[in-house]
Amino acid sequence: MTISIDPQKINNESLQPKGWLRYFSFSLDHKVIGIQYLVCGFLFYLIGGTLASAIRIELASPMSDFMPRDVYNQVLTLHGTIMIFLWIVPVVNGAFGNYLIPFYVGARDMAFPRLNAVAFWLIPPSGLMLVASYFVEGAAQAGWTAYPPLSITTPQSGQIIWILSVLLLGGSSIFGGINFIATIIKLRRPGLKLMQLPMYCWAMLGTSLLVVLSTPVLAGTLILLSFDIIANTGFFNPVLGGNVVVYQHLFWFYSHPAVYIMVLPAFGLVSEILPVHARKPLFGYTTMVFSIMGIVVLGLVVWAHHMFTSGTPPWMRLFFTIATAFIAVPTGIKFFNWVATLWGGKISINSAMLFSCGFIINFVFGGITGVALAQVPFDIHVHDTYFVVAHFHYIVYGGTVFIIFSSIYHWFPKVTGKLLNEKLGILHFIITFIGFNLCFAPQHWLGLNGMPRRVAEYDPQFQFVNQISSLGALLMAISTIPFLINVFLSVRNGKVAGDNPWNALTPEWLTSSPPPVENWEGEAPLVEEPYGYGKQLSE
Amino acid sequence: MTTLDSSKEIKENNSEVNETHEDFRMFGLITFLIADGMTFAGFFAAYLTYKAVNPLPDGAIYELELPIPTLNTILLLISSATFHKAGKALLKDKNSDSQKWLFFTAFLGIIFLICQLFEYFHLPFGLTDNLFASTFYALTGFHGLHVTLGTLMILIIAWQSRISGGRINSQNMFPLEAVELYWHFVDGIWVILFIILYLL
Repeated sequence: MTISIDPQKINNESLQPKGWLRYFSFSLDHKVIGIQYLVCGFLFYLIGGTLASAIRIELASPMSDFMPRDVYNQVLTLHGTIMIFLWIVPVVNGAFGNYLIPFYVGARDMAFPRLNAVAFWLIPPSGLMLVASYFVEGAAQAGWTAYPPLSITTPQSGQIIWILSVLLLGGSSIFGGINFIATIIKLRRPGLKLMQLPMYCWAMLGTSLLVVLSTPVLAGTLILLSFDIIANTGFFNPVLGGNVVVYQHLFWFYSHPAVYIMVLPAFGLVSEILPVHARKPLFGYTTMVFSIMGIVVLGLVVWAHHMFTSGTPPWMRLFFTIATAFIAVPTGIKFFNWVATLWGGKISINSAMLFSCGFIINFVFGGITGVALAQVPFDIHVHDTYFVVAHFHYIVYGGTVFIIFSSIYHWFPKVTGKLLNEKLGILHFIITFIGFNLCFAPQHWLGLNGMPRRVAEYDPQFQFVNQISSLGALLMAISTIPFLINVFLSVRNGKVAGDNPWNALTPEWLTSSPPPVENWEGEAPLVEEPYGYGKQLSE
Repeated sequence: MTTLDSSKEIKENNSEVNETHEDFRMFGLITFLIADGMTFAGFFAAYLTYKAVNPLPDGAIYELELPIPTLNTILLLISSATFHKAGKALLKDKNSDSQKWLFFTAFLGIIFLICQLFEYFHLPFGLTDNLFASTFYALTGFHGLHVTLGTLMILIIAWQSRISGGRINSQNMFPLEAVELYWHFVDGIWVILFIILYLL
């Protein structure tokens, strides 16, 4: 930071490797970093998915016969942590944010390119550390929440590595957030107003505010937790006079916003994809912006709805129930805006569109169960059951992961200049959609009937429904195969896409595909109306 | 890999860039400091919650003496002023004056750390004695880490603002301004910490 170097000058120098090698280098080009995030995240997704399959195999029978109980706990912990911190958060923020935001604000790179590269290169080592912690004697087994006293009393060496890894990933996330805020606020092309930005910029601005405000609190909490483990202090250890509920408050002060960190960028991405493939302007731009900011503000004051069974006093329950119910308002506005965007549009049924529509359907279910869970009496009934698991996966897989796939189909031609195969893409969507709903919809029933989560064994009466769920998980695992085949085939001999295969109006399509190193030949175009589709047709 | 010549070239290019672009490095730093402040906010919230709901067991010692931390508060407040002086001097191209003020600021920072350590060694409780003790050491230790880093950065920019061959001068004020803002931030946190931990 002592001398700031103009990134374009560096990128033009021969110091930067060309070709595929640049994806393995400390490149400062935001497009390269975006792809690095995406591919790295996807590799971890495959690891996390393998762990998820192991969990579902174990749960296909009521007894713990596939793996011992403590191994089940370790697998579950690793699955949660990898999927959240190494797949969803880096990909939906880092990958698409880095690739798209500079285009959207009309810049040649991010505000702090070197900080950007540092933020990415923190991820592979800490991810490997996290995976390695499984092989240490005494791997972490306290779940991705690492609640004390469980995380303090279980074997500790793995837990310490786990904490260190999450701290590094949190640092990466904060650096990314600072970069996005600076890029969106300060690096806009002259003449481009905030209210002319594509919706993904607003989503990333909101997300980055949440990252900057809440991630440091998690970091501080984990530092205190590591003191409890290493130095034998008693912050969260009731035996030594500590208070476990303080950990829960501090943890959820990050981890509830973390849900929005995972899903708000997906809201932004779907708002980019729907107008293009429905040939209609995004419905209700201004309300979209205000609902994103509303979600950011409300998202910071609802954390204790995760703690209704932790001896939370009645006034706190009342406040957090009401605040959580209020979040349904901006979220509902967004949902109806997406439906209204589709309404009467010239919809092309392609993979990107199908995954986006799948997102809208799944997200409604996840949203409804979310509002239900915010009600204290209902939450006490289903707390720590499979109902919560189902709700969470409907938001994070049915919501965000569907949008990640949709975005890959949508922006693949931008990155490579080739189109993905539509038939394989639709096959991918059908298997994913059926598999996902088959896997997680029955879990609502399991939870309502009292099957606790995070336990390797269960009452035999739940066996049949669990087997349906495991079958769904198998389909989800299979669905990755057509996707991978599609990507490998299309990178090599896909149909040439041309610069703007979807006839989109957002700025990233107004340059060549793949884009040149500095994004634009000449000056960046001023896009006053990124969604002016109807207007163009009438002219 | 970067030779001296090319780094000069970059610097020239850099000044061009800063003419066409707004310099947003300070904006990034402020965003970072907000994030850093949130870490402290989390610690303060934990401390205040413990104070409210977790009574210490009978016989637990948690009395703090006021003289040393009061002295430390005064030291840090003076150091903020001396840092400001250093910036003013550099702006008028008085590099050696600026350097003197910077070294004096760093000296105050080191005195602060020594006083802090002195307090640590003379307190009647250790890290694991009780919840108050643990929180006290975590908060002051985390702040002390910030002061240590700040002092090191001040020494670096003091070295870099030397007349022959230093990179920091009235044309390139950003490193000094950045560390100055960080230092004021650390002072501000100390004042809050002093009020919450010692006076409340």
